[in-house]
Amino acid sequence: MRVKFKIYRYQPEVREEPYFDTFEFDAEPTDRVLDGLNHIRWQMDGTLVLRRSCQQGICGSDAMRINGANRLACKVLIGDVGAKITIEPLMGFRVIKDLVVDMDDFFEQYRSVLPYMITEKPPPEVERLQSPAEREVYDDTTKCILCAACTTACPSFWSNRDFVGPAAIVQAHRFIFDSRDEGTDERLEVLGERDGVWRCRTIFNCTEACPRDIKITRAIGEVKKAIALKGA
Amino acid sequence: MSQPTNVGLRSWIGYRGGSGYLLWLLHRATGLGVLMFLALHIVNIFLLGFGEEVFNKLLYLYQAPWARAMEVFLLFGVTFHAMNGLRIIIQDAFPRAWLHQRRLVAVEVVLFLAVFLPAAWIMVADFLGGAG
Repeated sequence: MRVKFKIYRYQPEVREEPYFDTFEFDAEPTDRVLDGLNHIRWQMDGTLVLRRSCQQGICGSDAMRINGANRLACKVLIGDVGAKITIEPLMGFRVIKDLVVDMDDFFEQYRSVLPYMITEKPPPEVERLQSPAEREVYDDTTKCILCAACTTACPSFWSNRDFVGPAAIVQAHRFIFDSRDEGTDERLEVLGERDGVWRCRTIFNCTEACPRDIKITRAIGEVKKAIALKGA
Repeated sequence: MSQPTNVGLRSWIGYRGGSGYLLWLLHRATGLGVLMFLALHIVNIFLLGFGEEVFNKLLYLYQAPWARAMEVFLLFGVTFHAMNGLRIIIQDAFPRAWLHQRRLVAVEVVLFLAVFLPAAWIMVADFLGGAG
């Protein structure tokens, strides 16, 4: 099939303002959008800049806005999005070049929720035991690959870049509801602040955008409830 | 120029979210609409201070055909904003309800139409009957 890629370009050394470039070529419907971008980069325009690494939906580096919605380019087939494909960088981050965005603030927010196991009790002789039921409580949020598709699909984040964002809340959820962890109070304090979970407006864009099908809005709801019950 | 963030009115409106996003956009728009009506209402009451004649003049304005049409929009705004707000409260209070978002949206739309359509019909029929 003949495909037309319309791609957001920002090359500050060439042109001050962002613009769109169009590329037409033949592709298979079973090719991924990332294959199309690679084709452009390797055969048509070597100046196109994008991030990708594993190309198998694991590393999360090729999240971008495809035909208006955030997706991983390596998980979307050209046949599923049609012959006209518009590619833009994630919304809300500063664009460094073309499709590459500055994710420093994103990882700063991630670190703010203490995304690691915090324990006060001395380690037992064997491992810290956990029942399958206790593991099940946070199973969904262990799947996050930090691609930022959720955070940059969130209108609350678009209008306020200090908002901690869905991805960081998902990471916090993973530890808050882990029966072995003892840092819940600290995390709930961070997330209960002005730019924490209460900025969430129940819009569901994060859940729709997540390439790992994490029920993000539900996880945020559970954290909201934990904060509310803690204060009660 | 500083680095762009690819966020603007075009990208906001153009973002292809699900039903939740459309409802949120509508929630904001209707909220703003109801707020503007409230402001008008307050100005209206405030004019009482300038005497009966001035107050009545603005009341006559409400009888204009365009104002009657706006009343239907006001009904739409208030009813939708209330129904959508109730759905969000339910989902905030019961995180498990988040799994049934599409079903809750369907219930919300049905309830909204059940309240809005008959009320709008009564208002429009009254307006047309009164005009004829």
